[in-house]
Amino acid sequence: MNTDETAMDTEPGSSLSGNHLLPQLVAHLREHRAKLRDEWASRIRDAHLLEAMTPQEMVAETTSVYDNYVEVLETGSVEALQHYARDLSERIIPRGVETHEVVGIVLLLRDVLARSLFEKYQRDFGLLNQILDAYEPAANRIANTVAVSFVDERERVIRQQQDAIRELSTPVLPVRERLLILPIIGVLDSERAKQLTEQLLSGIRTHRAKVVVIDITGAPDVDETVANHLVQTVDASRLMGASVIITGLSPTIAQTLVTIGVDLSKMNTIGDLQGGLEEAERLLGYSVTRKEVSEGS
Amino acid sequence: MNSGPALVSILRQGDTLVASVHTALDDSEMIRFQNDLVRQIGEVRARGIIIDVAALDVIDSFGSRTLRSIADIARLRGATTVIVGIQPEVAFAMVRLGMDMGQVPTALDLEEGLAYLARLRAVGAS
Repeated sequence: MNTDETAMDTEPGSSLSGNHLLPQLVAHLREHRAKLRDEWASRIRDAHLLEAMTPQEMVAETTSVYDNYVEVLETGSVEALQHYARDLSERIIPRGVETHEVVGIVLLLRDVLARSLFEKYQRDFGLLNQILDAYEPAANRIANTVAVSFVDERERVIRQQQDAIRELSTPVLPVRERLLILPIIGVLDSERAKQLTEQLLSGIRTHRAKVVVIDITGAPDVDETVANHLVQTVDASRLMGASVIITGLSPTIAQTLVTIGVDLSKMNTIGDLQGGLEEAERLLGYSVTRKEVSEGS
Repeated sequence: MNSGPALVSILRQGDTLVASVHTALDDSEMIRFQNDLVRQIGEVRARGIIIDVAALDVIDSFGSRTLRSIADIARLRGATTVIVGIQPEVAFAMVRLGMDMGQVPTALDLEEGLAYLARLRAVGAS
C-alpha cells in the first residue's frame, strides 16, 4: 500500500480544519462518493469482513459510514468524531461485529480514499504531498478514535451485563413468614458464593427467618471451595438461629461432594424443592391443606 | 474489681437469666462474666439462660469457647443456655475460623431465645 509509509504520523494536536486543502479534498470525496463507496464495499467483501451482515445492511451501513467519515474529515471537530465513533459502535456491536472488523473496515476506507487522492493528484507530486499531509492525520485520528470508542463501548456493555448478573444472581425470597428460599441458578464461583452468604445472612436477620431452603437445582457444578463455602454458610445460618435445608443436589454434584470429602453430615438435604418446602413447613408448624373446590370446576 | 460501667448485665426474668454482653470482653472479663453467671444460676434457681451477644462485632476463639463452657456448666447446674443475637458478619467469621457453638442452641434474638426456652418447657411439662 503506497500510502501507508506515513500512516503512523498522527499528531494529536494538529487541527483538521486548519488546512486549506481539506475543502478541496472533501469535495473530491463527495463527488466520487458512489464509486469510492462501491470500491470500499468490495474491498470489505474481499477481506471477508462484516460477514454477519446481509448485502442490504452492508449497503446501508457503508453509505452512512462513508458519509459520516467525510463529514468528520471536513469539520474535524473532536465531538463530531467521538459522536460518530460512538454511534458506529452502538449500531455495530449488537450485530456481533468483532473489534478487528471495525478497525479493519475503517482502515480499508482510509486506504481506498487515499488511493483515490493519489490517483487524482499523481501528476502534481508537490500538491499530492500536501493533500496527503492534510488527509493522513485526519484519517488516522478517525481510525484511532473509532477503535478506542468501539472497545470502550464493548467494555461498557460487558460491565452493564456483569452488574445485571450480579443483581439477578442471588435473590433471597421470603415464601412464608420466617421461611426463605434461595434458588441458585448458574455457576457458583467463589465471588458469587461469598455474595450469596452475605445476602442470606442479612436476609435471615431482616426477615427473622427460622428456616431457609437453598435450592441448587440450577447450579451445574460445585467445586471444593464452593462446597465448603456452602457448608460454612449453613453453619453460620445456624448460629443465627435458622436451619437450612438444601434441595436439588444433582447426581453429579452429590457424587462430587462425596468424592472430595466435604462433611455433609450436619446438612439437611432433601431431594427436590417441593420436598424441601414441605419439610420447612413442617418445621415451622404450617400445614397446607387443599380446599374443597365447590364451584364444580 | 472493676468499678466502671457494667460490661455485662445479668437480669432475671422468672426462672430465666438474661445476660446481655454490651461490649467486647477481654479474657479476664470473660472469665469474670462466666463466674458471675454460674454463681447466679444457683442463687435464682434458673432453668434457662439467654446470652445476648448482639452488641458484639467480633467473637474470638476464647470467647466462643467460654460461651460453650458456660453452657456446659449451666447444663450441669440444671439450666439450658441459648446464645442469641449473633450478627451475620460475626456468624460467618466464626465458621470461617472453624469456631462453632457445638451443641449450644442459638437463636436470632432475645425474643426467639425466650420462645425457644418456652417451647422447651412446654415439651418438658407435657
